[in-house]
Amino acid sequence: MDLSFTPEQEAFRREARAWIQSAMPAHIAAKAKNHAHFEPEEIREWHRVLYDKGWVAPNWPKEHGGAGLDPTQRFILGEELVMAGTPELSPFGLRMVGPLIVQFGTDAQRQRFLPKILSGEEFWCQGYSEPGAGSDLAALQLKAEDDGDGNFILNGQKTWTTYADRADWIFVLARTNSTLPKRQQGISFLLCDMKTPGLRVEPFLTLGGTPAFCDTYFDDVKVPKENLVGPLDGGWSLAKALLGHERVSIGDVGRSTRALHNLKRIAKKTMRDGKPLFEDPGIRARIARLEIRIESLRMVIYKTLAGAELGKAPGPESSILKIRGSELSQEVDELQMELMGLNGLNWFNEGAVPAHEYWVPSNLNYDRATTIYGGSNEIQRNVIAKGILQLPGA
Amino acid sequence: MALILERRGTTLVPEPIIPSVVLGGTAVARAGSAAQKERLLAPVLEGQGTLALACSERESRHDVSRVATTAEQSGDGYSLSGEKVWVLGGDCADHVIVSARTGGAVDEAAGVSLFAFDPGADGVKVEPLKTMDGRRAAHITLEGVKVGPDALLGDAGSAAPLLEEVMDLGAAAACAEGAGLLESAFEMTREYLCERQQFGAKIGSFQALQHRAVDMFVELQLAKATMLLAALKVDADADERRKAISTAKVQLGQSGKYITAQAIQLHGGIGVTDEHDVGLFYKRMNVLMALFGDEEHHVARFTSLSGFERSAE
Ligand SMILES: Cc1cc2nc3c(=O)[nH]c(=O)nc-3n(C[C@H](O)[C@H](O)[C@H](O)COP(=O)(O)OP(=O)(O)OC[C@H]3O[C@@H](n4cnc5c(N)ncnc54)[C@H](O)[C@@H]3O)c2cc1C
Repeated sequence: MDLSFTPEQEAFRREARAWIQSAMPAHIAAKAKNHAHFEPEEIREWHRVLYDKGWVAPNWPKEHGGAGLDPTQRFILGEELVMAGTPELSPFGLRMVGPLIVQFGTDAQRQRFLPKILSGEEFWCQGYSEPGAGSDLAALQLKAEDDGDGNFILNGQKTWTTYADRADWIFVLARTNSTLPKRQQGISFLLCDMKTPGLRVEPFLTLGGTPAFCDTYFDDVKVPKENLVGPLDGGWSLAKALLGHERVSIGDVGRSTRALHNLKRIAKKTMRDGKPLFEDPGIRARIARLEIRIESLRMVIYKTLAGAELGKAPGPESSILKIRGSELSQEVDELQMELMGLNGLNWFNEGAVPAHEYWVPSNLNYDRATTIYGGSNEIQRNVIAKGILQLPGA
Repeated sequence: MALILERRGTTLVPEPIIPSVVLGGTAVARAGSAAQKERLLAPVLEGQGTLALACSERESRHDVSRVATTAEQSGDGYSLSGEKVWVLGGDCADHVIVSARTGGAVDEAAGVSLFAFDPGADGVKVEPLKTMDGRRAAHITLEGVKVGPDALLGDAGSAAPLLEEVMDLGAAAACAEGAGLLESAFEMTREYLCERQQFGAKIGSFQALQHRAVDMFVELQLAKATMLLAALKVDADADERRKAISTAKVQLGQSGKYITAQAIQLHGGIGVTDEHDVGLFYKRMNVLMALFGDEEHHVARFTSLSGFERSAE
């Protein structure tokens, strides 16, 4: 197995990098430089730029609008996009419901939904979690009843629905049958227009001080039966297929690598005893240790990629990426905070600290979520204990 | 005092006790004349006003004897110029105590003096700031601010040791408040483990989470014990005090980071909302970790103490 890239792959990397630099609108590039938080409008703007280039959905099959790249090229493109600090696109359409509609949807559903996900005309949100069903998703209770007239009628609540207040559509897991022996049975995967009467969204702030979270309430919400994806009562297998997609995307070391660049910038510009912190051997060693651990994880990803090129699908291994990737991103935040000293106290005061430090405290708080969403790290450990280690009772 | 702060920590009461009483108040109490105490301290004790201590600068980091702000003789008083950052409670204090140089180079301990000034005076610019823990601070810029001879607290040029002591008092207060905060964060999490159901069981019945709770509990005991050590030694001789305070502050950081982060983790999604107390504990703890010397600062000071060398012999 070879963990280095071929000359063709290196050429593709240069091409991607050059294009990104030329294509990024100036105001987005300015924010990227300072590792700032992007608003949904900016994310949409960048979505359209990538769409025009044909690179908005690299993981989709070519015939449905994918970029026609192989797994390594896709990884390289992803890495370059993150390293350039471009806005992370909303995953709900592109990485979640889109691939699922490709895989399990009808032709009519593909024609209706895929083009608008690609173009960015319609944005999606994910309605899985409920107050009583988080890690234990199969406990979900959102009820979908057949009205005998070609519709499901939805009643119940979803929670943590990220950006539901900005979304055009929501995909939900709903209970269509509660008479079956196992809780995983009787769940269906439905697509619902956010403008449907009876659907109500209440946004609230995350710990990072940013709006994203929503409670989503369903009160006799009518969903036509043609919006059922996959078999009736058979939504659980779709849900599991989707979680796999989510895990690989979160394990992204690119983001940590970029945050580490920002960390070094902080170290260079922060003074202690009349010298930049970056010149202090103790501080340098701490940064280096972090960088080494990020590089090690990158090599695990390259190794997984090399396996994917050989046709092996990543299985429970994606949990390894998720666990270590999320933990490292939190450690980078923590060290940035520490290096900033008292500037780490800053909470959204414009101009009070250098621009590249402005978002660090918010990110520190928000990134606590990375070990919770997409299957918490405890759940990922359970997956490895069972799926890879096959420990007794796991 | 430590016990009061510990109790206050359990409820996150945002009162200006640390900025006004512990920092500003101690500086005046230790360095001020009888008349200065009457003028500056009495209102604080009567609950009529607050003080703030301005002793951090953009390049001073955690070293309070690195002072670039200057105090030049002007008439029979002084003229103050410089910039102070992250002055806790500095957005609304009635009087600010500021460190400024009457002599010596920027990194010399000798030559640092303390002055009291009125933030409403000519040449003072106060930029109010929100801090991560929902409290307030200020960047304060002084441009040729004129103060009288009675503004100088203590002898000119001799304030550095007092400032270090005040920072240590601040650290001890942070440890006390922090221990209380950690106790609440821990208790809240323990209760949640006993309530929250997933997979048909209380999540506290999962062994992985039981061990996590136990590790949090162990960290809590360490933070509480070293907090007491710090409280007992604030008035001890300088090296004994330094050793105790640095031990406690480093331990607070380690216990605090672990307990508050895990408290969020074990709460799952609700831990990452802006509305739940568990997140506020994490924020306040991060602030306490940065104030009064962070972990690196106190580890470095610990290694510089004579006892550290001696025990290697
Ligand atoms: C920022 C953010 C965005 C999100 N966005 C969305 C979204 O758009 N759509 C959506 O549907 N959901 C979303 N979620 C919800 C997310 O999927 C859930 O938070 C997650 O599944 C955990 O569920 P919970 O919050 O109910 O925690 P719980 O499941 O109650 O978990 C509490 C604690 O118990 C632990 N635990 C649970 N079971 C076990 C076990 N068997 N063994 C060991 N430990 C266990 C967990 O790891 C956690 O530490 C989001 C969450 C966050 C934080």
